[in-house]
Amino acid sequence: MITYLGRLRICLVLSMLLSGFGGLPALAADEATLEKTVAGLAANGFDDKISAIEALGASGDKRAGPVLEAMVEGNLYTVKSDNSVVIGERKGNVYILRAPLTLAPVAEVSSQDITKIRVNNRLRGIIRGALGGLVLMSDDPAARRRAADDVFKARTMEMGPMLDKALARESDATVRTAMERALAAVNLTHATDSAVRIDAVKTLALDAGPDTRALLSQIAAVDGDGKPVEADAAVREAVVEALDELESRLAFLHGVEGIFQGISLGSVLLLAAVGLAITFGVMGVINMAHGELVMLGAYTTFAVQEVFRNSFPGLFDYSLLVAIPAAFLVSALAGVGIERGVIRYLYGRPLETLLATWGISLVLQQTVRTIFGPTNREVGNPSWMSGSLEITNGLLLTYNRIWIIVFSLLVLGLIALLLKRTTFGLRIRAVTQNREMAASMGIRTGMTDAMTFGLGSGIAGMAGVALSQIDNVSPNLGQAYIIDSFMVVVFGGVGNLWGTLVGAFTLGIVNKLLEPEVGAVLAKILVLVAIILFIQKRPRGLFALRGRAIES
Amino acid sequence: MGKISRYIKGATIAGALAGVTLAAPAQAQDTIKVGVLHSLSGTMAISETTLKDTVLMLVDDLNKNGGLLGKKVEAVVVDPASNWPLFAEKARELIEKEKVQAVFGCWTSVSRKSVLPVFEELNSMLFYPVQYEGEESSRNVFYTGAAPNQQAIPAVEYLMGEEGGAAKRWVLLGTDYVYPRTTNKILRAFLHSKGVSDDDIMENYTPFGHSDWQTIVADVKKFASAGKKTAVVSTINGDANVPFYKELGNQGIKAEDIPVVAFSVGEEELAGLDTGPLVGHLAAWNYFMSVEGEANSAFIKKWHAFIKDPKRVTNDPMEATYIGFQMWVQAVKQAGTTDVDAVRQAMYGQTVPNLTGGVAVMNTNHHLSKPVLIGEIQDNGQFDTVWKTDGEVIGDAWSDFIPESAKLTADWTYPWVCGNCEKPKYGMMMQ
Repeated sequence: MITYLGRLRICLVLSMLLSGFGGLPALAADEATLEKTVAGLAANGFDDKISAIEALGASGDKRAGPVLEAMVEGNLYTVKSDNSVVIGERKGNVYILRAPLTLAPVAEVSSQDITKIRVNNRLRGIIRGALGGLVLMSDDPAARRRAADDVFKARTMEMGPMLDKALARESDATVRTAMERALAAVNLTHATDSAVRIDAVKTLALDAGPDTRALLSQIAAVDGDGKPVEADAAVREAVVEALDELESRLAFLHGVEGIFQGISLGSVLLLAAVGLAITFGVMGVINMAHGELVMLGAYTTFAVQEVFRNSFPGLFDYSLLVAIPAAFLVSALAGVGIERGVIRYLYGRPLETLLATWGISLVLQQTVRTIFGPTNREVGNPSWMSGSLEITNGLLLTYNRIWIIVFSLLVLGLIALLLKRTTFGLRIRAVTQNREMAASMGIRTGMTDAMTFGLGSGIAGMAGVALSQIDNVSPNLGQAYIIDSFMVVVFGGVGNLWGTLVGAFTLGIVNKLLEPEVGAVLAKILVLVAIILFIQKRPRGLFALRGRAIES
Repeated sequence: MGKISRYIKGATIAGALAGVTLAAPAQAQDTIKVGVLHSLSGTMAISETTLKDTVLMLVDDLNKNGGLLGKKVEAVVVDPASNWPLFAEKARELIEKEKVQAVFGCWTSVSRKSVLPVFEELNSMLFYPVQYEGEESSRNVFYTGAAPNQQAIPAVEYLMGEEGGAAKRWVLLGTDYVYPRTTNKILRAFLHSKGVSDDDIMENYTPFGHSDWQTIVADVKKFASAGKKTAVVSTINGDANVPFYKELGNQGIKAEDIPVVAFSVGEEELAGLDTGPLVGHLAAWNYFMSVEGEANSAFIKKWHAFIKDPKRVTNDPMEATYIGFQMWVQAVKQAGTTDVDAVRQAMYGQTVPNLTGGVAVMNTNHHLSKPVLIGEIQDNGQFDTVWKTDGEVIGDAWSDFIPESAKLTADWTYPWVCGNCEKPKYGMMMQ
């Protein structure tokens, strides 16, 4: 361990180096104060910790950034022997310690020698606010944007001058908007001049985010006795007006969001059902093991990811691209096996098929449980499927859902092409419509059956890849979707891909529009009742196919 | 369909077990039997299989150390397959056919409610190891998990306090069954007593295994944007938690902005999840695997050796199972017999050191005194304790915040026979 004096010397050398590059801002506090402030982070009381954090943030010193970042990530420790504050990084069984300001390696110790500096949610919020001020000058526009949003949430008085300075050199338009918003929030909260505050309200009113709504409602609020919290009547009036406008814009965005959520639920239903639309819709096989084929696809994704995690961790983001064909193959092979081994002996006997495939579903579930265990398996989201796309402030669409919508439509399009434009598709249709005639034309109907079933199963496997991104990968995965899948296919019209598409999206959107009104439980029941009534009226679903073979 | 499948699975396993037990009647007199009533298949298998293994580990350990009253202890495992009525049938089978002296089992409240009449009718003893909603007191059940005042109330108090972020608005999310509904009823009454109005409380229920959380998470966000600090109290159970937390992460809800405190999410539930985006969300329990201490590390070591997998986590219901089992062993030794009435009287006042420090005491209302811990999710899937009660909290069968329950008291020490009365009731033990 390097002594205190030694560390100080390294500090000095490094700070001289930094100032040589012109990296130190004029605000930089002198070394001793800064060291003392950092030591304050280890204080016992929350209030002392908070004042140290705020002092570091207000110092404007770039070196404070890594310290605060380490703290918010839980990597800040104190050394038990001398109570000094260090940044620690776990490597195997040891921790590599670095001096907080210089980041110079200090020592390697075991976990017994250090104590973690605890943070909680309240501190995290304060640290992020303080960090925001330091990151405002970052070179990365995305980081500056995040920093501005953090400052908006913290809106401490010290941030005002920093925002002014950052704004003066900001060229990126979206970051500028975010900074202006943050500055308005600081001004509205702390300024004394009512004209400045009204201006701030006007700036804020241009934006429809939930954070803005939170801030404005805070100011418009009344206390327990019905007296307004805000003393300035002019400001109050401006805030109430801005809030009204904001509410109506938010309500509109909420509507848009509802439709998106409906479409996204619909696309999940579509994915789960589209394989079934082939095996049940086209072939007329009631396959109760369809859900388990979906589950197989999800477990294939897990297996592929395990390979990536262990062998090519750098390529993890591409694991899904490998998982999709792999899942298709695994489920398709399983499907062909089921068809050749069981279902082909049962054509024309729907009840027996139902019972047999249901038995298969139990066997598959238990097999997976035996191999992988009953607990959930962790399937990671690649970075391009995490997080959300911000259309405007206040309207977020999550990436995983967007990709699933795209993927489900792609799959549906491919199947439509395959059925309509290829010889294989022609054979499938021929066998479905008139088996004897097709056979006498030289089509090997048995083979076509197996391939069709394999295709439907393979698509189920691909659905499993998508579902693994939003749901649990557990042996029960398939059970959750089997009822929904049959619902979609029957509602849409058996044997009709368009029906499946329209059915899935109708059910998805209706469900999502009902949910906020009546709750998730009742919404599901209402949709189920509506479908039962609908099937009473039109037993062939939305899009009924006509034709001799179908009618018979 | 699921129901029938469970019956078939249950029946198969029951058949297999019957085969095993039929083969072993010769040594029946030499052993003391305990029943293990946990689902090994169906939706609850994920959580309950671990508890079955815990009991087996404890029995194994006891036998290695010379058994009980000079006899070996034998665990009889049955599988009620996450099927609530089957729980009652299996309980009856354990007590009447297998003649077990005590049963360790049940996870969901609905399964406990289903076996309750059986245990009362046959006067047997159940050790129930999971936190639950309270509002129940039975002469035949020992509740070793947390009552609401040992979990829900302290967690909400923490979030109300300065340190927890001083929340003023509350979202109560739960799975649609008895535990979340009752807990939220108590919480609502508690929040009213703290001056929170109904406008500041949002309550929402979802079915078991719910996976599409988009709307609800968006609603929570909207609810939170009303200008007051908002916190979410989650009584979501089982599988549904994984997609819920994923959606929170994707919609960018950080714990600093809207903290979520969960009562049913432990280390086991986090095991299938990337916890990176969830750092800072909270859970309230009486035990975390991460708590440092000799007793805990010895327990973890024993568990890993028994289960032969160093990656397996431990959790709160495992600690509760451990405490319940130790207390039963001590009570049997003290009573010198496994007779239910004698053991029950010997149970009161039994103490077992907690794995997290302090001592668990069995009170006369069949609830334990235990410390309450609040932990934050870390990116390694563990919890970091951020707050702890000064000492142990006595479990309260009847909530003080529901007026009709506040008057009630429970005491089963001889000659009391009162689980839910306002005035003392004396009498001979009912048989």
